[in-house]
Amino acid sequence: MQLLPWNWMLDGWIIATAIVCAVSCSMVGNFLVLRRMSMLGDAITHAVLPGLAIAFFVTGSRSSFPMFLGAATVGICTAFFTEWIRKTGKVDEGASLGVVFTTLFALGLVLIVQWIDRVDLDVDCVLYGSIELTPLDQIRVFGQTIPRAFVVLSTVLLLNTLVMLVLYKELKLTSFDPGLSVCIGFPPGFFHYLLMTLVAVTAVASFESVGSVLVVAMIIVPPATAFLLTSRLSHMIVASAVIAATSAVTGHLGALGIPAWFGFRSTSTAGMMAVSSGLLLLLAATFAPRNGIAIKFWHQLVLSWNILGDDIVALLYRVEEKQPVSYAESAWLREVLICRRLSFRAMKTWLHLKGEIKVEGEKISLTGRGHFRAQNLVRSHRLWEQYLLDEVGLDPSRVHPQAEKMEHYTDKQLRQKLNQAIDNSDTDPHGIPIPDERSIKPN
Amino acid sequence: MNSHIQIRSEHFLEIISSLIQPAIAQNSNTWDLLRRLILLEDYNTRVVLLGTAMLGCAAGVVGVFTLLRKRALMGDAISHATLPGITLSFLLASVWGWNEKSLPLLLLGATITGLLGVIAILAIRNLTKLKEDTALGVILSVFFGAGISLLGVIQQMPRGHAAGLESFIFGKTASMVANDAIFIAAASFLSLSFCILFFKELRLLCFDEGFTGSRGYPVLTLDLLLMTAVVIISIVGLQAVGLIMIVALLVTPAASARFWTDSLGSMTCISACIGTVSGITGSAISAIYPKLPSGAMIVLACAACFATSLATGTRRGLVIRTVRRRRMNQSVEKQHFLRTMFELSEPRNGSTPNSEVSINQLTTARSWTERTLQSNIRRATKNEWVTRIGQRIKLTKKGRIEAERLTREHRLWELFLIHHADVALSRVDREADHIEHVLEPEIVAELESLLSEDQRTLPESPHDLAHHNLASELTDRFDRHGDSSQISDQEEPV
Repeated sequence: MQLLPWNWMLDGWIIATAIVCAVSCSMVGNFLVLRRMSMLGDAITHAVLPGLAIAFFVTGSRSSFPMFLGAATVGICTAFFTEWIRKTGKVDEGASLGVVFTTLFALGLVLIVQWIDRVDLDVDCVLYGSIELTPLDQIRVFGQTIPRAFVVLSTVLLLNTLVMLVLYKELKLTSFDPGLSVCIGFPPGFFHYLLMTLVAVTAVASFESVGSVLVVAMIIVPPATAFLLTSRLSHMIVASAVIAATSAVTGHLGALGIPAWFGFRSTSTAGMMAVSSGLLLLLAATFAPRNGIAIKFWHQLVLSWNILGDDIVALLYRVEEKQPVSYAESAWLREVLICRRLSFRAMKTWLHLKGEIKVEGEKISLTGRGHFRAQNLVRSHRLWEQYLLDEVGLDPSRVHPQAEKMEHYTDKQLRQKLNQAIDNSDTDPHGIPIPDERSIKPN
Repeated sequence: MNSHIQIRSEHFLEIISSLIQPAIAQNSNTWDLLRRLILLEDYNTRVVLLGTAMLGCAAGVVGVFTLLRKRALMGDAISHATLPGITLSFLLASVWGWNEKSLPLLLLGATITGLLGVIAILAIRNLTKLKEDTALGVILSVFFGAGISLLGVIQQMPRGHAAGLESFIFGKTASMVANDAIFIAAASFLSLSFCILFFKELRLLCFDEGFTGSRGYPVLTLDLLLMTAVVIISIVGLQAVGLIMIVALLVTPAASARFWTDSLGSMTCISACIGTVSGITGSAISAIYPKLPSGAMIVLACAACFATSLATGTRRGLVIRTVRRRRMNQSVEKQHFLRTMFELSEPRNGSTPNSEVSINQLTTARSWTERTLQSNIRRATKNEWVTRIGQRIKLTKKGRIEAERLTREHRLWELFLIHHADVALSRVDREADHIEHVLEPEIVAELESLLSEDQRTLPESPHDLAHHNLASELTDRFDRHGDSSQISDQEEPV
């Protein structure tokens, strides 16, 4: 069964071109994200208009090489002007970018209107390519018929990879610490403009053959995704390349497949690639191993769960300590701990399963194992109280809340140190004895 | 297929055609047009001028706050983020059989996704470690991509004359009608009154977000409200003047106003004025020269304002900063010259004071080139601080008083560094060299009381004054201070 309207000669080349384009864009994009210049890609695709107009005016032809040259020059100028205004005018990066690209775009508009007959003005097919049409424009390389866009973008990819490999250390240094790089003799300005040139060439080559949506998305989104996943630059570059390639493939499949569910033919591949890269970013933001939102939420949940368990056993220990009874009513416990009914009940079951408490109807008491956990906790608490009073000089009325926080992450070694610091004091500030350390966990 | 671009070319094509036709028909001369423009005789011109002026004013005001929040390109991201909303509401309307080109419906869709974009940007900023600019870029590209994909679907619909939709999305200034102007007026009024009512809170938010939160203001809500104002302006602007134009109106006036003032109140006023003037100028120019697209002319008018402000702004402009720097350099040079003169003519080591100093001595004292030295002498002579006798220079009475004051400040600072900052003796001269020019009378008085120096006496230099001969300076100092603790600590083996 044919799931997708698939044709290797067309779709194969589209995907290959998209991958090459996405990877080369995301490669330079990494440094833009790190340098907080993510909007440069968008700005360049808008700003090149006067370059195209001038190239057309000078050569009078629509052949792609002069157009490319004009666009790339203006692209570099955009980066240059932005940096100049930012530096000399002390204007915010984003604002200077905004001023420059809107002005250049307006200038290009006026030039086109002035110079080019409007009947002749067929900007979209001359200046901006479309990825669906790339397999149609083929040239012969080494006896093979290959789409021109693929050849151009492969060259760009090769160039970017080479520069990254050769100047990796320098680019890294100037991106993270321009001050240090000046000190040890690498001019950050030079590398900045080199990078900007690379961005301009990549952006122009890409949108000229595959369209601007894809460029803007691929420069920012895969690097941003990779940024969330890792904190090493080398890993980030590799990860962003993989993500870019993945979103290229899934994007094209999505463009072919998803509209069919609603009874339409395929839709824009470039648009779907941007969307799929956005979805990958969403996934990364939610489930990234260290910084994912869901992961962080889960850690917090586990922490608060542990703290609730700690609080329950410690409270039971204190009840036991005071005598005459060695158990507590669960309603009373819940009231004292100001705990929601559901979480209390869940915790009760959990502690019971762990064998730390004994439940007899409404009465809850500690088992040997629970006693062990509680005793060390209460010991930590009272050691801290005494320490805060003796060594830190906190007011006696304020030591309890502090100790209440710190008891949860105090281990045996820290307890020993605290004990030394307070000279093996037997009682806490309230005159209650500090229980002994228990190191053997009962079964 | 590549709709972004189609939209763009479509957009200016239509501007051009709508502009060229009446001009050809009228065949009127420029002066006539100008007269009609100034007297606002044309109904259409009146509407367009009024609309762009209001839009420029509101965008200028809102832009100030987004600029200071370092989100200048927010307008760009939002105007791209409206595309999926417009296409989606078009799609849904046609599926459910409503009028798919009804203005309120499309604007509603645009507002919804615009706000969604804002929320997504704020979420990315607050919940992940990605920075502001990346959040903007991500939302811009992903939302726009979604819009493009939906547009691809719309183009296949039997009734989907997407071309009409596109020109609708990206607006045309010249054919603005009264309805659009009313829309603009309402949106401008809304966002302006928000900015004025919450001026204090917004000011806090822009300058110190953490402090705002600690004072109990709802930071997130304020942020969201401000961004909603941007959404409203962007959508109205998109419809009226186009994407690039609205980005320019949101960024450029505010950035220009920053060159003129350091106060938020006046910056807001200036930015509003620049926005208004650019709006009026741009559309006026394109009304006179119909071949020039008005949207582009508004942007260029903004850019001209920006360039002027960048050059001549009274607070941060290039000219004023260059003048300030030159003045500073000159005063530093003057002070160095006078101090050197004074130190060279000072009696020391029991030698007799020589009131005259030769040019050779001066040249070796500091690393001056012949030219700087000559210009220093010339300037000092003009101020009657020194007199020149052949190759020898002499301090006048006035010059001596000034030079003594400068030397005194320099030495006070050196003494302070030695006694209170524990700076090595060999380094105090250079460090004092930087600071002496900016010492204010209050600080000098404080130094005096700290070092318990007499108000009038000139302390002796704590180090040798022979700048040029380092070797002799070192041996000399070692001999003289050999027994003093500071040197022996460092140089004598224990």
